[in-house]
Amino acid sequence: MAASSTARSFLQVAATDVVVSPLRVVQIEGLVILKIIKHCKEFSPALVTDQLLGLDVGSILEVTNCFPFPICEEEEEIEADGANYQLEMMRCLREVNVDNNTVGWYQSTILGSYQTVELIETFMNYQNIRRCVCIIYDPSRSNQGVLALKALKLSDSFMELYRLITLPERSMVSPCCQNFRNLNFMCSHIDCLFHCYRLREKNLSWVDIFEEIPIKVSNSALISASMTELESDTPVTQCDYDRLQLSSNPYMERNMEFFIECMDDLSMEQQKFQFYYRNLSHQQAQQQAWLQKRRSENMARKAAGEEPLPEEDPTNPIFKPIPEPSRLESFLITNQIANYCNQINGVAGQSFNRLYLMKSLHDN
Amino acid sequence: MANGDRTVLQFSTQSTANFSAEVHPLVIFNICDCYVRRPDQAERVIGTLLGSVLSDGTVDIRNSYAVPHTESADQVALDIEYHHNLLVSHQKVNPKEVIVGWYSTGLGVTGRSALIHDFYSREVPNPVHLTVDTGFRNGEGTIKAYVSVNLALGDRQLASQFQEIPLNLRMVEAELLGFDILKTTSVDKLPTDLEGMEVTMQRLLALIDDIYKYVDDVVEGRVAADNSIGRFISDTVAALPKLSPPAFDKLVNDSLQDQLLLLYLSSITRTQLALAEKLNTAAQIL
Repeated sequence: MAASSTARSFLQVAATDVVVSPLRVVQIEGLVILKIIKHCKEFSPALVTDQLLGLDVGSILEVTNCFPFPICEEEEEIEADGANYQLEMMRCLREVNVDNNTVGWYQSTILGSYQTVELIETFMNYQNIRRCVCIIYDPSRSNQGVLALKALKLSDSFMELYRLITLPERSMVSPCCQNFRNLNFMCSHIDCLFHCYRLREKNLSWVDIFEEIPIKVSNSALISASMTELESDTPVTQCDYDRLQLSSNPYMERNMEFFIECMDDLSMEQQKFQFYYRNLSHQQAQQQAWLQKRRSENMARKAAGEEPLPEEDPTNPIFKPIPEPSRLESFLITNQIANYCNQINGVAGQSFNRLYLMKSLHDN
Repeated sequence: MANGDRTVLQFSTQSTANFSAEVHPLVIFNICDCYVRRPDQAERVIGTLLGSVLSDGTVDIRNSYAVPHTESADQVALDIEYHHNLLVSHQKVNPKEVIVGWYSTGLGVTGRSALIHDFYSREVPNPVHLTVDTGFRNGEGTIKAYVSVNLALGDRQLASQFQEIPLNLRMVEAELLGFDILKTTSVDKLPTDLEGMEVTMQRLLALIDDIYKYVDDVVEGRVAADNSIGRFISDTVAALPKLSPPAFDKLVNDSLQDQLLLLYLSSITRTQLALAEKLNTAAQIL
């Protein structure tokens, strides 16, 4: 009895999943922010990525340190070198009592154009870590006087959708697609996830891919004391001067350029879809015509007393299903465009403030 | 047995004449962080400074990392292999950063520091020694930089003297932004564009109020007039460009219209995106 009760309790324990409280806040240390700024700035305009280290406490993800990844030029040695470098750095940092749990990575971006398939794939690679977050820093916005730091993670619904494809029963055809005969979902590429029936059943739209998490900055008291010592609080700092600068035109121009490019990409994607729909309806018309012919043949045969031919013919090429183009790209592009819109709004708001200020100054 | 001719204590000052160091705040952060995380039995932290030497002799200290060490009464043991490993790793990322010196926490330079300095001078010709006083012994946290100068009596090495060199805090503009946020112990959320703008405007307003009060005081005779300040104020006021009102209005209105155009465009796009989204996923395939 005792053995079975303990066995049950063990099973119970093993069965209950560790409840993962949703991630609410990312708490970053000032040290990490400075390192990120320095690293991204040194290598701009090239994009860099680095590793974040820290602790995962309840609903707060603490990021306490980070180290940069080297830029690899050659393709052959990348994997081995990169892994060795990582291990080496983690080991060394462990010796000086730095938390060395990986909690994510950060990357720099230009004007907010970070939403690519590579980002999603990197998130997937980090899946074995319970919580991982990606911090995006935009060095080009710092001349506008804004610290553009964002913490992103993939939303849960998106991750569930992706896990469908990594399930071992990949050969099982999902129930919704039984309308489609002969469809074969053996491909494991991320693109084939995004067929619209799947999206409709999950009610996913383009806003649901990434989730932004608020960032909180914390510093140890020693650091803030030393910093205040070094540079006492002045009433006005340099970043105020940057913010009050009147010329934001070049920045807006670049933003608009990126924006327009994205619109072009989006319209290309739309065209792909239209092409697909046109082909599909064309094919269906063909199928109907063929079916009619078959039926009339069958009638003739029945009249002649022969066996009717089957009404389907899988070998006929007009029955071959046309693959539906993936929606992932268009989602990402849409996300990107929304991002640009937000940025434009922000900068325009700032410019309004400045212009009205100028106006009132002049009136007096 | 005394030599016949007198030998003079030589200070070689020419090399340190225009020597100064500039440190990035990241280095100080790193040092403080390492100090907070030190193992319990160590009383101070020692580490390597990375950076570059600029053409005019200034040493630019950009990065740092801690090196584990053990200290006893008269002996110091540094983990040299660790030091080299981290150096190689850092240089993979940033090959331009080389060793420029070393740091230690704690006020003042001790005898053991000379030994460590010796070790570092084997790697770099003239290492800079940075001390960060984390104990705030004098009521303030002093950060000082030293170079060592050899005192030689004739041919004999007597001692090495640590001479202080001027130290500046150097910040890149992007770091300045973060600096405000980084000074306090905790910030609840990063300010967005408009909030930052609001803060800036408030500060500007406060400045203008100050000046206004000062001018009032001078006019009323409460405060003695300072000519240089008066000149500054008049320069500032005169710096407003003199444009005729219609020209100025046209300028402002043009810019306003540009911004409005962009806002409108972005709102239209968002509406379009929302519509397209609904249409795309609602389409039924027969």
